[in-house]
Amino acid sequence: MASMRDIKRRKSSIQSTQQITKAMKLVSTVKLQKARGRAEQTDPYFNYMYKTVSSMLARSGGIDHPYLKPGTSGKKGIVVITSNRGLAGGYNSNIVRLITDSEFKKDELEIYAVGGKGLEALERRGYHVVVDASDIIENPTYPDASALCKRVLEDFTEGKIGEIYLAYTHFKNTVSQEAKLMKMLPVEIEPEEEKGAAVLMNYEPNEEEALEEIIPKYVTSLFYGALVEAVASENGARMQAMDSATSNAEEMIEDLSLKYNRARQGSITQELTEIIAGANAIG
Amino acid sequence: MAETDKKFDVEIITPDRVFFKGEADMLEFNTSCGEIGVFKDHIPLTTVLEPGLVTIHRDGEQQVAAVHAGFAEILGDKVTLLAEVAEWPDEIDVGRAEAAKERAEERIRNRSADLDLKRAEFALHKALTRINLANYK
Repeated sequence: MASMRDIKRRKSSIQSTQQITKAMKLVSTVKLQKARGRAEQTDPYFNYMYKTVSSMLARSGGIDHPYLKPGTSGKKGIVVITSNRGLAGGYNSNIVRLITDSEFKKDELEIYAVGGKGLEALERRGYHVVVDASDIIENPTYPDASALCKRVLEDFTEGKIGEIYLAYTHFKNTVSQEAKLMKMLPVEIEPEEEKGAAVLMNYEPNEEEALEEIIPKYVTSLFYGALVEAVASENGARMQAMDSATSNAEEMIEDLSLKYNRARQGSITQELTEIIAGANAIG
Repeated sequence: MAETDKKFDVEIITPDRVFFKGEADMLEFNTSCGEIGVFKDHIPLTTVLEPGLVTIHRDGEQQVAAVHAGFAEILGDKVTLLAEVAEWPDEIDVGRAEAAKERAEERIRNRSADLDLKRAEFALHKALTRINLANYK
């Protein structure tokens, strides 16, 4: 049996770990609230954008535009959104696993990394990382998202990559987040169910030019939405991880207290037996 | 005809917030094909926005804002502007806009080989719009 001193030392070490996890949980709870508010505010823009683009594409089936068909290059660009900090449960490894388990081959992927953890993990596994934009995850703004998107779209139009994907963590609710892989380009949208009385939309300057302008904005809004959602998911995942760490620590402390008391009682009993035995021997 | 019949819904949405939501009698803004004014029952139109002022006319009063980049969707009784950036006059930092204007002008004047003229012009345009709005009235 471990000595009383050992148990005591271990107990106090777990206690201080528990204090840290408790504090981290509180911090991520606050951050989660903030991130969630932001995610909700981006929703109307994104939804409207989606609606417009899908109704545009539904009505203009005949348009032949580079953004609407895969490029000639066999390479696939993939924007990977993870976090810069760990201790968030399976948050980062789920995204990495999503990519390693996908049907994409290692050498056909070009990684655009947002978030240091995903970047490190993928680089270690031998993936080719083209861009590291990890600092934008700290405080995602629309101009940041737009700058990275511009870079990705340039690579697409220059034919360096033929398709663009986005890997991020979808924020379902506080306790459940889901790693998701979605296609950004070529645009694939389920055409809205065309109602009989669909309005006949006019485009200025013309459909092609309007598409040329609107699709990059659509992609940017998609990306910005994913970024904001990923931040909420990260904090949700960390909050949960820290919550279970705190309760695990609580359990261990309880167990150790029991052991400590038993050891203390044991040593008292032993001492008593020794004294009585000594007294008997003298008497 | 009642006055309310001429009103239509206007929404200006940016990535960060719903910038404006309300009714208007007439809406003016800047598109890539020039300035347009929209009344109720305009034909359905989707058009690309240029940096410029948006004027919302309502009951003889006007509200002005600056929008940069985006597009507008006009349906008979509803106009939606999806703008990447939208600002009210009191949100504009004139000093910053002036600085941006000078920077852009400087870049255009000096025309170095790697100059992205379109981008510089766009920046200048944006700065001018902001200054315009701040000096409005």
